[in-house]
Amino acid sequence: MEIFQQILFVAALAATAWYITKRIKLIARAINLGRPENRFDHADERLKTMLLVAFGQKKMFANPLVGVMHFVIYAGFIIINLEILEIILDGILGTHRLFAPYITPVYPILIDMFEVLAFGVLAVCVVFLCRRFIARVSRLQASRHRELRGWPVSDATIILTAEILLMIAFLTWNASDSVLRDRGVGHYGELQGIVPDFLISQYLKPLFTGFSDTALVAYERTSWWLHILGILAFAVYVTYSKHLHIALGFPNVYFSDLQPKGEMQNMPEITKEVQLALGLPVTTEADGAQANDNGEQPPAEVGRFGAKDVQDLKWINLMNAYSCTECGRCTAACPANITGKKLSPRKIMMDTRDRLEEIQQGWQTNGPDYRDEKSLLNDYITAEELNACTTCQACVNACPININPLDIILQLRRYRVMEESQAPASWNAMFSNIENNMAPWKFSPSDRFNWADQVNDAN
Amino acid sequence: MTQEVKTYTVPTMADMAASGEEPEILFWVGCAGSFDDRYKRVTIAFVRILNHVGIKFAVLGPEEGCTGDPARRAGNEFLFQMQAMSNIQVLNGYNVKKIVTACPHCFNTLKNEYPELGGNYDVIHHSQFLQGLINEGRVRVKDGESFKGRRITFHDSCYLGRANKVYEAPRDVLAALDADLVEMKRVRANGLCCGAGGGQYFKEPEAGKKDVNVERVEEALGTGADTIAVACPFCMTMMTDGVKNKNKEDSVRVYDISELIAQGQGL
Ligand code: SF4
Ligand code: SF4
Repeated sequence: MEIFQQILFVAALAATAWYITKRIKLIARAINLGRPENRFDHADERLKTMLLVAFGQKKMFANPLVGVMHFVIYAGFIIINLEILEIILDGILGTHRLFAPYITPVYPILIDMFEVLAFGVLAVCVVFLCRRFIARVSRLQASRHRELRGWPVSDATIILTAEILLMIAFLTWNASDSVLRDRGVGHYGELQGIVPDFLISQYLKPLFTGFSDTALVAYERTSWWLHILGILAFAVYVTYSKHLHIALGFPNVYFSDLQPKGEMQNMPEITKEVQLALGLPVTTEADGAQANDNGEQPPAEVGRFGAKDVQDLKWINLMNAYSCTECGRCTAACPANITGKKLSPRKIMMDTRDRLEEIQQGWQTNGPDYRDEKSLLNDYITAEELNACTTCQACVNACPININPLDIILQLRRYRVMEESQAPASWNAMFSNIENNMAPWKFSPSDRFNWADQVNDAN
Repeated sequence: MTQEVKTYTVPTMADMAASGEEPEILFWVGCAGSFDDRYKRVTIAFVRILNHVGIKFAVLGPEEGCTGDPARRAGNEFLFQMQAMSNIQVLNGYNVKKIVTACPHCFNTLKNEYPELGGNYDVIHHSQFLQGLINEGRVRVKDGESFKGRRITFHDSCYLGRANKVYEAPRDVLAALDADLVEMKRVRANGLCCGAGGGQYFKEPEAGKKDVNVERVEEALGTGADTIAVACPFCMTMMTDGVKNKNKEDSVRVYDISELIAQGQGL
């Protein structure tokens, strides 16, 4: 019986590991569709940002109450995972509380800590469900934000419920185990005097005192299996969900933009053409392109100006999309969205991920070289959304994990204007004014200095 | 003190170069500062302050051209780089080292985006420049209009604030006025855009429930301020239009920070 459980456990573990590896490869391949971009510079500054923003959750504390609550889930997630190590070893070796005899004095302290965190996680998940469905926090409502309709709302609900169930399984497992230990049943009794009752689960023991020994063992086994299988299933599920941020959030912040928020990225391929047009010497300091050993530039990639689909974006934009938590802080800060325009920076990120997942689907059903005819622009994101952006960077500032939706918007705009000549008519007028009059309005350049004539006039 | 006759001058780089001189600082006027009737008054106010403190400055005059910011943000990188390269040729030709401008968009572009194209200058916004003058005691708000008891609220420009983290300079400048500074709810890094950036100023807004400037002006009016202070030509227009939209143009005025300083000094 014991050995049967062990075999089952190892099989479940192996299947999970295999499946997750497959998922990670698929996601990595999708992120690598993006254009190259060097985000490996300034390691010290990046590390500092990651410590503050990812580990320290600095931006989450913009709203201190939510910051603390999210921190409980986050700390609980990281710390309770220490317990998983024992659970996994117990599962493989067929032991029970493997570590207890070796670290007897600290063992109960550790488990007490896990229990407190588990209780905290449980409580916060309940509060978070209430925020969604009772307090109806605006940025989380599908009725106000079309990008949340359907799956995204279910996704959030599933995760919060699953976490509640996992924590209940963990706490009641400890409680039923304590009762078995008290009664001296089988190997459970062997830990009498070594493992005491725990801080929280001791209060759950009365729930189990009416159980027969057999029923109790059955509950103990079931809750143990539910807990660990739940965690394995969760790990797989996460790769399909907005909860991928628990893993990708960290690299995502590490690789985030370090330049001033207002700086738009240069297009070196255009610099060259402009220098030629103006008869200036062509400088070869083109950003991404590295000169080879002979000092020659590699042939310029024949690419598009701007982005039409995900492969025209940079890999970091695509990592951003997989990291997005769909929290909507960006959208809640967006002036266009606040005033009822179609643009929502969260939707930009979700669309980018949806498009990537569509491509992944294509690979899986039609082979790894499959390309469909769709594109991020038009099939997912419309011109109306793109044109509404004021480039105010409020979304960039608001994102707790330093995602930059604006960068995607601007690259798509570049494609529309430079490849498709699809700017709104009044923008085209502005362009031609700049070109002809050196100002965005139709004034004669020779009048540019006329204001100086009034400098001594009375106010 | 005897009543001095105020004559202000605006030297150009060309004049200076002709007489073999170099200014301490180049005042980049920008398109709005040159052509927009309302913002020309800001340009003039700032030039008067420069004259008053006796700083050796110059402007490019007719040799200045749009930095290319609106074109770049609308997606026209070619046009942006054409503008940038031509401006850099002019600026480098005059060996310009230090630039001050009253436009946050010019400021951001000159400071952050020209270096990669070969234009390296020490660029400051006029709010920082005025803050420096006040700190050094070179500008004292006296002899002019009194601001005592008036309520002023400051609207953060995206390209000054979030883009470049200049939050204190304009507030320090306003603090010199001895008025009551009242803050809106969405300020500094959380400031709400006026709705003009990213090329929006040059087209009609997309369909929605409201215009962004109206949303922002409602917030500004909510502070009970009689003066909305701005530090950007586009914010100036958007806020002024918003105040008109709310029929408050008789009781609430929109001013650039340099105008308020000039008024306080009686310039
Ligand atoms: S930068 Fe654009 S998308 Fe982001 S908050 Fe501002 S208007 Fe919205
Ligand atoms: S981009 Fe950032 S702020 Fe916006 S929904 Fe995603 S995680 Fe939240």
